[in-house]
Amino acid sequence: MIGKVIKYNLKNINTDLIIPARYLINSDEQFLAAHCMEDLDRDFVEKVKKENFQILVTDSNFGCGSSREQAPSAIKASGIACIIAPSFARIFFRNAINIGLPIIEFPEIERIRTGDILNIQFEEGIIKNTSNDEEFQIKKQSDFLQQIISAGGLINFARKQIK
Amino acid sequence: MGLTITEKILRDHCQNKKAVAGDFIMPKVDKCLANDITAPIAIEVFENVIEGSGVGVFDPSKIILIPDHFTPNKDVASAIQCKILRDFSSKYNIINYFEVGRGGIEHCLVPEQGLVKPGEVFIGADSHTCTYGALGAFSIGVGSTDLGVAMALGKCWLKIPESIKFVYSGRLNKWVSGKDLILYTIGKIGVDGATYKAMEFAGDAIKVLPMADRFTMCNMAIEAGGKCGIIEPDEITKSYLDSFKNLNDGFYCSDKDAEYSDIIDFECANIEPQIALPHSPDNVKSISEVHNMKIELDQVVIGSCTNGRLVDLKNVAEILNNHKINKKLRCIIIPGTQNIYLKAMKSGYIESFINAGAIVSTPTCGPCLGGHMGVLAEGEKALSTTNRNFQGRMGHITSEIYLSSPIVAAASAIKGYITSPEYL
Ligand code: SF4
Repeated sequence: MIGKVIKYNLKNINTDLIIPARYLINSDEQFLAAHCMEDLDRDFVEKVKKENFQILVTDSNFGCGSSREQAPSAIKASGIACIIAPSFARIFFRNAINIGLPIIEFPEIERIRTGDILNIQFEEGIIKNTSNDEEFQIKKQSDFLQQIISAGGLINFARKQIK
Repeated sequence: MGLTITEKILRDHCQNKKAVAGDFIMPKVDKCLANDITAPIAIEVFENVIEGSGVGVFDPSKIILIPDHFTPNKDVASAIQCKILRDFSSKYNIINYFEVGRGGIEHCLVPEQGLVKPGEVFIGADSHTCTYGALGAFSIGVGSTDLGVAMALGKCWLKIPESIKFVYSGRLNKWVSGKDLILYTIGKIGVDGATYKAMEFAGDAIKVLPMADRFTMCNMAIEAGGKCGIIEPDEITKSYLDSFKNLNDGFYCSDKDAEYSDIIDFECANIEPQIALPHSPDNVKSISEVHNMKIELDQVVIGSCTNGRLVDLKNVAEILNNHKINKKLRCIIIPGTQNIYLKAMKSGYIESFINAGAIVSTPTCGPCLGGHMGVLAEGEKALSTTNRNFQGRMGHITSEIYLSSPIVAAASAIKGYITSPEYL
């Protein structure tokens, strides 16, 4: 995928910041997306739309806190198609894999800035920063997780097992 | 090389009899749990997975649904969410659906109802499902899609975690409880100190720690990023389970030569009551330091899946005895389940709370996640016995949450600022 970066230099962005509990009374994705990250950055949703940001980059332990799948769902529905961080909280990690939102564990986030255009080649494990021609190696997901990702998420993976 | 309790339980639940930490497996799950926030999505996923296959849920007796977050229904939207659980339960004969008035906060209710057993693999679409590690089960929080798929397949993917062993030695100081041990631990290792790892709690202080405190400690493993908390079952576990039929086996323990990614020792003599300051559970200080800061409070919340058990209420009642709640604040006390509520009433605790000027709420998560029953206004400060003090979690984004044990919360409700019974 090729996409433009929006970056927050913050550690431990928790699920209450990603989607506050007050909105969990409704599971509609578009409703959730409209409030995505609003307690962290009021203008997040508008910026993502206007600037066509597709890649969210943050510091470590992204998505800590609650198990709410509404967190990755809201991010995905807001238009973000990939998240890059040095590490993810574990339930957020599995939720993202399960709903088919690609996430990349990459430690050197200081090499990426807001506005950069990244070309991410998941199969090869390479990110090319087309803004300055830098190239980074990324860790590929394990074969097991790759099966879920290739199926397009856990639902499709499970449907195959049931038939 | 030996195995940890976690590796042993998981190995016995999957086909790979050589599986060790780091391996991906698809174990059988013994129980699946969800609440009014996570079940609606899980149910949609489930129906999507089974669509056209003619199969139903993998085992209706192994699914537990507990509406507890925005209940009794806070508004129309939450009423609709709860109705989805109710309808699903009647469609698939889910006997362990707990209607308002017959249930309570999920992680207080599940052990109380005898729905979790040592040695089980228990998954819940709620991050604090890690609570049941206190009984020696492998118990983890997952997402709604995981849960929806597990309701169909009876399985869940996971990576066997490495374990960190925490060894607590010596005797607890006066006014110190399991809550203080876990806050102290999170303060030392940080909110990502145990990411992807199992936190195994051990040592002579744990061997004598009552079950309620063990639940509190395992409940907050997620606050250090842990996949689960776990304690080897022992005599205390056994006597807790004695009142249930068929729960008193499945006791696993770690081998002496089990491999840990880290072993961390704590001396209990060094641990005072602990407070987590805004806005992170690892921003922890000792009470002697916080007492001197004279942090004035607008609200005290006592309850939640962390500290809403009977002994918590008993401790609070003893401290409130003949005292009044400070005029400047409101104190909200929430028994964890209907049973706890009733026992607290019979023991006279509820009467002493009301006499002191506290409000007693029906069991609900309520203010813990800023849902209802005690949401904070702009700039207000609350001391809470819950488990998370993220910015804005209990209400307005500029409000502040401090975390403590019920003992400290009760003393602070009397004084009006954060303090301990020592200073009463
Ligand atoms: S009491 Fe709080 S932490 Fe516990 S399940 Fe309810 S919302 Fe979650």
